[in-house]
Amino acid sequence: MCQVEEDYRGEMERAAVPSVSKKCVKCKEAPAALVIRAGDAYCRLCFKDFFTHKFKAVLGKNRIIFPGEKVLLAVSGGPSSCSMLRQVQEGLSQKANKKLRFVPGIAFIDEGAAIGQSVEERQRTVAELQAVFEATGFPFFILPLEQVLDLPASVVATNPAPSEQPAGAYKAAVDRFVETDGSSFPTPQEPKETLLPHVQQSHTLMLQQLLGSVKTLTAREELLNTLRQHLLVHTARTEGYRKLMLGDSCTRLAVKLLTSISLGRGAQLAQDTGFSDSRYGDVILVRPMRDYSAKEVAYYNHLFTVPCVVVPGVDTKTVEKASIQRLTESFVTKLQTDFPSTVSTIYRTSEKLQTACRKRSGGDGCERCLLCVCSLDTAVETSFTFLLLCIVSSAEASTVDSSLWVLTAEVSVLHLCYRLPETTRLQSLLCYSCALTVRDMVSGDVFDPFMHEL
Amino acid sequence: MAASIAIHLEFGGGAELLFNGVKKHHVTLPSQSEPWDVKQLLVWIQRNLLKERPELFVQGDSVRPGILVLINDADWELMGELDYQLQDQDNVVFISTLHGG
Repeated sequence: MCQVEEDYRGEMERAAVPSVSKKCVKCKEAPAALVIRAGDAYCRLCFKDFFTHKFKAVLGKNRIIFPGEKVLLAVSGGPSSCSMLRQVQEGLSQKANKKLRFVPGIAFIDEGAAIGQSVEERQRTVAELQAVFEATGFPFFILPLEQVLDLPASVVATNPAPSEQPAGAYKAAVDRFVETDGSSFPTPQEPKETLLPHVQQSHTLMLQQLLGSVKTLTAREELLNTLRQHLLVHTARTEGYRKLMLGDSCTRLAVKLLTSISLGRGAQLAQDTGFSDSRYGDVILVRPMRDYSAKEVAYYNHLFTVPCVVVPGVDTKTVEKASIQRLTESFVTKLQTDFPSTVSTIYRTSEKLQTACRKRSGGDGCERCLLCVCSLDTAVETSFTFLLLCIVSSAEASTVDSSLWVLTAEVSVLHLCYRLPETTRLQSLLCYSCALTVRDMVSGDVFDPFMHEL
Repeated sequence: MAASIAIHLEFGGGAELLFNGVKKHHVTLPSQSEPWDVKQLLVWIQRNLLKERPELFVQGDSVRPGILVLINDADWELMGELDYQLQDQDNVVFISTLHGG
């Protein structure tokens, strides 16, 4: 197997550099410091080059980010997104002609309300991150998750994408940029003096109520993901950013792929885990860190002191079986220990996934899920999701018609979030897995009497 | 008899949450007849430093999958993993890769 066979039982010499028997596979001179993939040992400098090069290569290969474009970086404070931030910083600062050429901004979502942090704890985390962001010189936005409650319903609409660029447009744009030396493109804005937005206590409570109404941790995590994404896309749209960079690493995406299948999101796999995700039309989600394993990111951050702030999540310190996401993560990481090519195999499989476009008309032809904005994968009249739903506020009388179960509940959560008209038939608006998430939000005692009828 | 050795421990990536949020620890391992190796270090950490939820840090003899171990800034896979014998003033870093992105 891919183990180090050397027996180190004898006395090891005390040396200034680690006494390793392997040399770097690339430069073959310096002692190896890290094992990447199966058996490839790199020294520190070669690893740094490899890491930096990969970032530029993935952006250059995909040709999605045009020179001078405004790109919003979604930074959670975790290792992958902070590493991404550092790569962008370094890439923009170099004088070489491989310099990155876009205009970045940073968005951070303060999710303290979701995990029950006190106001002081949240402010402390935000202050730490603010210091990190200010050091980069990019404009940044600190968004409390409570803002998702104020979003207009248009956030879940797919706006028409700008007209398709012809194939040669990227190269032409780059040539133009290089000729004019970038002077005609918008310069990076001065970071505005961003004060921490004040969050009303009532909003925090409402958000906690919303998340608390979800029974299972699996559904809660999915809902959080959705709300997070909506907030990011909305910010990108209002601030004029056309691209959104997410910091998901290879390991994370491998876990996400398997989790998505377990959650019934098979139809949306290509968009959830691919390099670019164009479900929102005018804002394109990009995942430049998808080639990096979690180990590479962690090692790079440690060696080159990339500042990151650990923010607890809803699944921190939970047991292995607390949620599907957690279980899958545990499964993949355990398998990875014994079979180091696990993550890369899953990743390579995800690369082969394509989005099946049903219709390509001028406007958006296909029906979209309300929550995840992907194409609906259910045939509405016959699916099980047909039977879950519509929650009107408890003051309204409930109506039952033969094709629609209408349930009354204490809190009309989705109406709260998305201001739907009272008579909307939600089942026609949700894809299979989002419907499952919503189903978890309906209080059990109201739902059960209807369940046995099915 | 091996003399007692001083070791610098660091926890990152969320692993510090299991150690009261303290990232750096300077510890002295007591002297014993055989030299200290990483396997024994883990047992020692579990007994003396780990404040809660040992199953989130160690699994069996080794660290939980997903925790990266660096000895003097080098991957422990190159150093012999659990069998590496610790020297005085060694720097051992545990980084959890399971948290955040």
